[in-house]
Amino acid sequence: MADVSAALGKDLVGLEPLSREQIQLILDTAEPFKEVSERQIKKVPALRGKTIVNLFFEASTRTRISFEFAEKRLSADTVNVAASGSSVSKGETLVDTARNLEAMRIDMVVIRHPASGAAQFLGNRIRSNVINAGDGKHEHPTQGLLDLLTLRDKFGKIEGLKVAICGDVLHSRVARSNIWGLTKLGAEVAVCGPATLLPRDIRELGVTVLPRIEEAIQWADALNVLRLQLERMQGGFIPSLREYNRVFGVTSERLDQAPKDLVILHPGPMNRGVEIDSDVADGPHSVILPQVTNGVAVRMAVLYLLAGGSPDWATASSRSDER
Amino acid sequence: MPSPIRLLDDAALARALQRMALEIIERAGGTSRLVLVGIQRRGVQLAERLALLIERDHGTIRRGKLDITLYRDDLQAIGPRPVVGETSLPPDIDGAIVVIVDDVLFTGRTIRAALDEVADFGRPRQILLCELVDRGGRELPIHADIVGQSVTTGPGDHVDVRVKELDGEDGVYLVRGDG
Repeated sequence: MADVSAALGKDLVGLEPLSREQIQLILDTAEPFKEVSERQIKKVPALRGKTIVNLFFEASTRTRISFEFAEKRLSADTVNVAASGSSVSKGETLVDTARNLEAMRIDMVVIRHPASGAAQFLGNRIRSNVINAGDGKHEHPTQGLLDLLTLRDKFGKIEGLKVAICGDVLHSRVARSNIWGLTKLGAEVAVCGPATLLPRDIRELGVTVLPRIEEAIQWADALNVLRLQLERMQGGFIPSLREYNRVFGVTSERLDQAPKDLVILHPGPMNRGVEIDSDVADGPHSVILPQVTNGVAVRMAVLYLLAGGSPDWATASSRSDER
Repeated sequence: MPSPIRLLDDAALARALQRMALEIIERAGGTSRLVLVGIQRRGVQLAERLALLIERDHGTIRRGKLDITLYRDDLQAIGPRPVVGETSLPPDIDGAIVVIVDDVLFTGRTIRAALDEVADFGRPRQILLCELVDRGGRELPIHADIVGQSVTTGPGDHVDVRVKELDGEDGVYLVRGDG
């Protein structure tokens, strides 16, 4: 039984503010939710009557659909708001948009925004629960959680694992959430990529820097291969995509040199032939699709835990066995 | 704190389960369509014991587990429980005779939730309710078909069912509340 004092609070803005126990609570809660998605009727009434707004200021397919499935499988009512085609494109501020939504009596907001800190900013200003679905280069906590869950499924535990995060760490909120989550749960983390795509102060987060992909492959139990975020690069970070693939691409030739079979993660969407080759992405050690499946379960767990508000845990647990 | 009153010791609990197993077969008209479903947590162990008793004289029977947490009607009031247990039902329960096995029947709200959850998995021909202890105090029109022991209790009382697998001993205790 997880520590009952580990409730999550009002918002989920990142894995940095969470304790090890809170992260473990989310992962443990996600386990039974996996089964709900395998049922013929993929729905439980836990969040019936709750209204959730998915507020997406950036393009997203996987994350938005995954949140929507999670919400619907918990019986919540959902509304999707995209930046284009809403009053955001008329210049309305983030807070005004959210306050107007709140005036329609919503309960939760799932937000993706290009500005780092947007989720925290919003969470401090509205009463509804706020869940960060990616804010700039800051964090993408549910992606970090689903990576943790996938690694735990594969290895049985996170503690002691060696995970190398490869590629465009500089622009990656996924990398940050992974680093926080993995180190809190006792994994060793290394980052690997061209120096232009590694944040200068990355060592302060307690990670090792491996300059060559071959070293990462020798060292790691699992590789989390990041997407080269072409849309966030205004030139000059890498000579060319072909050059990037030649030096840092995760290819089966390189993986053949590893002392053991490496588990391969990728947050998607993939640039096949750039950061990862197709035969690796589709190979036997890739867990890229299980990551997507776990994403729904982890998001259900987060929604479920946040929706309870600040429960009186003592009463809840003593009443639970007998009614 | 008043000392607990023992309602059933391990021998009495074993006898009660023997009788309940016979009643289950009688009510279900055999074992061919029977599915025993235990409610998390102690209903799961009780269902397993009943299944083993039935299987001594009959063939293997199908079984399942149900965690009703996500179907509770007071989720918002008490907040989510930290960890939800496993739910697993046999693949095809349409036309089956499902026996829900639970430790203590009190308000009936757990069973209301369990019925909703079972309905999301299929349409059994019949659902029966089997309770080790019926302590009265119903808040919903629900009754048990097969009961191990009935006991009159007050709202502040607590009935404590203990099973070897989780608690190291078999027994049922009544703890009187204040007032």
